[in-house]
Amino acid sequence: MVAKEVLTGMHFMNGDEACCEGALAAGCRFFAGYPITPATEIAESMSRRLPQLGGIYIQMEDEIASMAAILGASWGGVKSMTSTSGPGFSLMMENIGLGICTETPCVVCNVQRAGPSTGLPTLIAQGDMMQARWGSHGHYEIIALSPSSPQEMFDMTIRAFNLSETYRLPVLMMADEVVGHMNERVVIPYEDEIEIISRRKPSVSREEYLPYKADDDWIAPMANCGDGYRIHVTGLTHDERGYPAMNAEAQERMVTRLVNKIRKNRDKIIATKNLYMDDVEVVVVSYGISARSAMKAVRDARSEGIRAGLIKLETVWPFPEELFRSVAGSAKALIMAEINGGQMVLELERSVRGACPVKLVSNFGGAIIHPRTILDAISKAAKGKL
Amino acid sequence: MTTAKAVRHLPPHPMDSLLRTERIPHIWCPGCGIGTVFNALLTAIKDSCYDPDAVAMVSGIGCTGRMAGYIRLDSFHTTHGRALPFATGLKLAKPDTKIIVVSGDGDLFAIGGNHFIHAARRNIDMTVVCVNNFNYGMTGGQQAPSTPLGAKTTTTINGSPEEPFNFCDLAASCGAAYVARWTAQQVRSIRSSISEAMEKRGFGFVEVIAPCPSAFGRRNRMGNALEMLKFYRGRSVIRSDIDTRDAIVDIDREIVVGKFVDIERPTFMDHYEKFNRPQMPPWRVGHPDHQKGR
Amino acid sequence: MPDKRERHLLISGFGGQGIVLAGDILGKAATLYDHKHATMTQNYGPEARGGACSSQVIISGEEVLFPCVEEPEILVCMSQEAYTKNIKSLRPDGTFIWDTDLVHTRKTDMHFKTFHIPATRMAEELGNKMMANIVMLGFLSAIEPVVHAEAIRKAVMDSVPASTKDNNIRAFNTGREYGTSITKGLVKPEPGKHQD
Repeated sequence: MVAKEVLTGMHFMNGDEACCEGALAAGCRFFAGYPITPATEIAESMSRRLPQLGGIYIQMEDEIASMAAILGASWGGVKSMTSTSGPGFSLMMENIGLGICTETPCVVCNVQRAGPSTGLPTLIAQGDMMQARWGSHGHYEIIALSPSSPQEMFDMTIRAFNLSETYRLPVLMMADEVVGHMNERVVIPYEDEIEIISRRKPSVSREEYLPYKADDDWIAPMANCGDGYRIHVTGLTHDERGYPAMNAEAQERMVTRLVNKIRKNRDKIIATKNLYMDDVEVVVVSYGISARSAMKAVRDARSEGIRAGLIKLETVWPFPEELFRSVAGSAKALIMAEINGGQMVLELERSVRGACPVKLVSNFGGAIIHPRTILDAISKAAKGKL
Repeated sequence: MTTAKAVRHLPPHPMDSLLRTERIPHIWCPGCGIGTVFNALLTAIKDSCYDPDAVAMVSGIGCTGRMAGYIRLDSFHTTHGRALPFATGLKLAKPDTKIIVVSGDGDLFAIGGNHFIHAARRNIDMTVVCVNNFNYGMTGGQQAPSTPLGAKTTTTINGSPEEPFNFCDLAASCGAAYVARWTAQQVRSIRSSISEAMEKRGFGFVEVIAPCPSAFGRRNRMGNALEMLKFYRGRSVIRSDIDTRDAIVDIDREIVVGKFVDIERPTFMDHYEKFNRPQMPPWRVGHPDHQKGR
Repeated sequence: MPDKRERHLLISGFGGQGIVLAGDILGKAATLYDHKHATMTQNYGPEARGGACSSQVIISGEEVLFPCVEEPEILVCMSQEAYTKNIKSLRPDGTFIWDTDLVHTRKTDMHFKTFHIPATRMAEELGNKMMANIVMLGFLSAIEPVVHAEAIRKAVMDSVPASTKDNNIRAFNTGREYGTSITKGLVKPEPGKHQD
């Protein structure tokens, strides 16, 4: 009996399981990981499902190895992912950088818990947002998504794979403990309704192929190991042949492209969900689980007659600067709700460039932000008392 | 476009088909033992039955790791110490590929030590060639987990206060299916051990004691490269099938060389298939039955 | 017209009692078979067995945004610690349900709508005390019909190992019958154990 790849139908499952099902539906057939609360259920689901689908699940010796293994698997031509939480995410940073530099498609799901260090293993935070952006050394661009529900864990994991295959880089799923462990309705569509994107392959001969020469869209077609192209892949700064090139000129050229393939395609990458934004005075900005509290607060504010609106970030990186710059002109205030000491709010402030006040509603982790706290901030902002 | 300094006037080298000749000259110092090992490795690949398109090299960081940049195969020069987990992912995703990992003693056993013991324990089907030159050459000669007790490096100017690993014993005790050690002058033995390790289904480990005249040799007054080669060769004692605990590397007394382990043991994939899908037919071209038929 | 009101339940006990499974079954029943919206979140400590454990279930006719149960209207307690910890959060007009043998209640807490059942003992009599959570679900379905009994039965069938389905359905029915007979005043519940 061959297992089903896509579990079409309605389910009541937790976010971690939904992430696994999304990955499988996207074509993921390799998972390497290391147990860590609250992401373990992703690994457990993968360990049960992957062997039946002809795939590989392997528990590595640590998260450094897990990240290295999924890069290797991806070069072997298999869509691959790993999952972790804060401490493991820290260990993965080194090879996330290798994935960026060598342009290796893969997906990393970070089910965030409270830090620093071991912190609160079983309790929520959204404290790794800046680590997601800048955690590996050097300058680069990254793509990170933030799901707010088990359903979005499913949907966004598919999107994460599609983005990683399109733009050739590790794509980060910045989930959190509550979304990971919360059971809720997940509707899995029919297989033929799911859009799957796979890496673009070279169309030229081995002699003509330059592994890091990009097409007009800044993205280079990718030959896998064993395709006969005899590629060389290195984490050193390299030229279009993939060969090490140890000078400032090569560095400039390589990093420019790594950055531009994201920046120049940001319109296709960035996704937000906007609610009540037509006549808005006070805009709440949030992502992940906090966006649910924010949505409740905005609805409650509307029922009190306050013209509040919500922008929910579905992609957290790249950050939609232009959107906020345009919103800031007409809004009384922007409010960022997030479970950390203020991380994405810095981006928000940077984006609006003082055009309107920006207020942070947050805690340091351990609990979800209460909608009431956000509602209070909305009320104050509406009265101009921020 | 690039500044490759291909030396066009030289006559063709027998290994040219396996070399990225446009990347020569290489970065290794004159007299470095890595070249010898690289040559032996290329010969082993050339003489093997493997289609070069189905052979891949994975390396980490360090002088030895640079082999991946010169070999004209699918080649991956990864992060420091992480060649083995990268290669593990590559092998499991593409089981019909023959994987060769090349690595130095620091890369493989200091920063990558944990990965080594687990790759050997899992018996991942790959060939690991370690060039052991007793120090970190690329960064100028610092102490390594192989540095002999009392030997001088830039970070142990009064002599290393640590006892080194016995890599072959470590490999054997972790379950490697093939383990051998030679000194860099024993070229034919290196080549045949690499060939045997490649033929072996499972984790094969070949250690080569090699001179690093620029750093280790100079600081320990061991003479020039040729003298170092001869010195290591002179200290070597061939004792195949010895208990690896007794297969010591002591440059003051003896360097035990030979083939120490050559066993059959199910690989990770063998067990994975057995436990996870016993009812399923061979599911991919890389299945053991397929490889045997090569 | 869907029931927009959110029903907030807190099921609590210790690790190993199937507290989270009970919440999962309830949420699944509401979502898949009653076609409502439901969220189930869990609180747990680092221990796999014996630590305090609770599952929070919200059931609504509309999408549930804030998944935390702060003031449950229905509180189920299957351990002394769960009772001590959670009783303060129960709404004044709430329903308090507990396992007769496992919770020593205070008389001062009897102003709630109170119901108790020796769920663990009944499960033991049915052959496996691991089914106490299912007995409790049956009891709950009779006392507070937030989810249709048939929906819960289906969800139980989905959630337990195939070989134990019959036993679990028997456990559910046992709890439900006990609950029905109490609500109809057919039997007097055995006296609860109070502390003064």
